[in-house]
Amino acid sequence: MSGTRARSGGRDFTAAVADTASVGLSLFPLGISFGVLVVHAGLSWWWATVFTAVIYAGSLEFLLLGLVASVTPLGQIAVTALLVNMRHIFYALSFPLRQVRPLGRVYATFALTDEAYALTAGGRARSWSSARILWMQVLCQGYWVGGATAGALAGSLVPVTLHGLDFALTALFVVLTIDAWRAQRDLPAPLLAAVSFALAALLVPGQLLPGAMGLFTAALLIRYALHRRATAGSQQDALDGPPQHPVPAPASPSTATAAGPATAAASASASASASER
Amino acid sequence: MPTPLYLAAAVAVSTAITWGLRALPFAVLTPLRRSAVLRYLAFHMPVGIMLILALYTLRDFRPTAWPAALPTVVALAAAVGLHLKTRNAVISVLGATAVHVLLSTFWAAG
Repeated sequence: MSGTRARSGGRDFTAAVADTASVGLSLFPLGISFGVLVVHAGLSWWWATVFTAVIYAGSLEFLLLGLVASVTPLGQIAVTALLVNMRHIFYALSFPLRQVRPLGRVYATFALTDEAYALTAGGRARSWSSARILWMQVLCQGYWVGGATAGALAGSLVPVTLHGLDFALTALFVVLTIDAWRAQRDLPAPLLAAVSFALAALLVPGQLLPGAMGLFTAALLIRYALHRRATAGSQQDALDGPPQHPVPAPASPSTATAAGPATAAASASASASASER
Repeated sequence: MPTPLYLAAAVAVSTAITWGLRALPFAVLTPLRRSAVLRYLAFHMPVGIMLILALYTLRDFRPTAWPAALPTVVALAAAVGLHLKTRNAVISVLGATAVHVLLSTFWAAG
């Protein structure tokens, strides 16, 4: 009996190694650069392990380095975490959590990163066992934590300060902007974001990040309200956004109305994380 | 310099919010599906939020401070160019960062 189980367990692990190979190739090197940045920020090397193992949300960890370095108030960190990771709300729509055994679901939701979502998207994981899904997530986190720890150790052993390494974060967000743009090609959104940022820089320079994100969210909600009013006369419910929705949301009833306290629920990004694709 | 206690609190806050955002929706899926405004935001926000984050990382950048601005300008062009060409985040990020490190070490410092 146990032999059979061990054999099938081994198969699940092997399958998960293959599932995660491509993701690992990007997670590990980006983990290394995160680890180096942790040491450059003046923190002990093991904070790289703590950040990546405990928070486990790549783009937030990169941002957090800058925030904690300037001892940003915890409230602002909370708002940033909320806005940057809001997109995860929509992963629940398609992630095969029901296939995971009940105890494993605690970890499966904790480790539901962009990569884990991407690897199970499109019904690919419909036949995966509980063990295969969990191994996939454990391996993804392993690459990320391993890379960050290796980078931080290397960074603390080799006392060479590389100027300009923090540009990795800028490059990461530039890349994610391009990816998000490719997914939607909605020009007003980045324009509104740029204007929001400029306004926030003028009006609330001390609260630049939450200010810009708040203004951008408000601008989108106004745009949504205008869009709704413009299409209110037609029978066609135009609220669901363009048809090529990046989040595999199920068809909503055509009577859908703006429901509930969704104002704060602003999805941050379809594709953010320390590593992408 | 942040204290260990502050760092631990920042990690705890970030973890709680991130995990909550990942786990709670499984309990309240139906209202989420019905919320048209949420889906509108989910569709239109990502590119804007990412752009704001990119701009935020450049908040201390002064384009008029020539030639100190050069490494950033060139590295930005490298990031955009590499990503449009390769569509590979690792190549684009590591390539652009390497350009920035090399230029700011040998150009700005030298």
